[in-house]
Amino acid sequence: MTSPRPIELVCPAGSLPALKTAIDHGADCVYLGFKDATNARNFSGLNFDDKAMAEGVRYAHDRGRKVLLTLNTYPQTDNWQRWTGAVDRAAAFGIDAVILADPGLMAYARKAHPGLRLHLSVQGSATSYDAINFYHEHFGISRAVLPRVLSLAQVEQVIANTPVEIEVFGFGGLCVMVEGRCALSAYATGESPNCDGACSPGKHVRWEQTPKGMETRLNGILIDRFADGERAGYPTLCKGRFEVNDETYYAIEEPTSLNTLELLPELARIGVRAIKIEGRQRSPAYVSQVTQVWRAAIDRVLAGPAEPFRVEPAWMAELNKVSEGQSHTLGAYYRPWK
Amino acid sequence: MKIPAFTLPAPLARLGAHLPQLPPTLALVGGLNLALDRVLPRDTLEPLTGKRLLLKVTDAGMALRFTLTPRGFRPLFDGRAPDLTISATTRDYLALALREEDPDTLFFSRRLLMEGETDLGLLVKNTLDAVDWDSLGTQLARFRLPLPTGLHTPAGGH
Repeated sequence: MTSPRPIELVCPAGSLPALKTAIDHGADCVYLGFKDATNARNFSGLNFDDKAMAEGVRYAHDRGRKVLLTLNTYPQTDNWQRWTGAVDRAAAFGIDAVILADPGLMAYARKAHPGLRLHLSVQGSATSYDAINFYHEHFGISRAVLPRVLSLAQVEQVIANTPVEIEVFGFGGLCVMVEGRCALSAYATGESPNCDGACSPGKHVRWEQTPKGMETRLNGILIDRFADGERAGYPTLCKGRFEVNDETYYAIEEPTSLNTLELLPELARIGVRAIKIEGRQRSPAYVSQVTQVWRAAIDRVLAGPAEPFRVEPAWMAELNKVSEGQSHTLGAYYRPWK
Repeated sequence: MKIPAFTLPAPLARLGAHLPQLPPTLALVGGLNLALDRVLPRDTLEPLTGKRLLLKVTDAGMALRFTLTPRGFRPLFDGRAPDLTISATTRDYLALALREEDPDTLFFSRRLLMEGETDLGLLVKNTLDAVDWDSLGTQLARFRLPLPTGLHTPAGGH
């Protein structure tokens, strides 16, 4: 079950071609979801039906790679069976681990499928080793995906105090980082990412080119207007520009991408077990571009001191090209004062 | 193959806008109908039925209007407001078709615009992304459908 590689590269797959692309370019694991609200990328036409899932799992396993299934939204009493059914299907497909956020679902999985490996989703929002150890003791989780709010020193402290493997986000779109607890889009649309699986459900999004620029609306609410040539971001409330005290600006957060490439040696040194690439909503072209860069970078780190690590400008250029927003950031990881 | 950056000369767009749109629309619709049921799953695309779709090729001045009916894709001849409009240049459509570019990347850099019912656009994008050309290669050969250059990769490719 455990990969011989010290750091696993975990890549997104919104479709079978994306899965194959990730594996062909060196992903150790792919993560994916079913075609419904049981995962947090619930978009029309995205994700895996039974046929694609069976073929995807076979393709990965034939090449010695792993398939992780995101089941990271929160079921409600009226749809509980859909989520437990998804756990059962995951086990039947031979999925290597399910990524869960809901403790009730963890209890179900542990009882119904004792052999099924459990990962704690970022949607679980566990940031302390106490919280992570709680999930380990009660549900036997093997890995936790950390929310993107901790500094490197804090990540190191978590790793030093838990038997649970730690996975961190390495690259991709950022949000306001209250995963599992964000109700911003529910305020505008009545649907939340935590229960319905999308921050901005497609049916509520409208783009329109107007004489003033390209306007983005969410359920009729104007959330941004882009001048010609200005880079755009995803149509989420957290990344909108709003008028506050007579000033219109990114009042919550500017669209930006996390890119921790330069921290990779540090992440390896402190014992991070896996690096996650965001973007199951993206196309195979993105998966190809990003997986190639991160595979090369991780291999460079794993080569050890014989080959000193440095970030190739071409890597950064490739990643910047596919990034959301105007800039990239090291996020909370880099707090030199900490 | 990597498609170089190019935009058709501006006079071409002005000229193209005055040319009949039916021939390119028929070519597009004909291609889509060949793909329907073989490459493109009809049940997945069912929400497009009766929806007015408009594909704008901005640098060629082309505006291709069509819809999906129970008997396949059909051109539309009137100028009524579309339910979904997708706009991009010739080069970027080609790059999307060959999976050299990611639509979100083009959207972020303002080279791809999707107006109208976004859910329909996501359905189209994700359905095209899910087409597994590697597996379909042999089936398509049986129907004597040529694969677009660059999509036909050798075994073990991607």
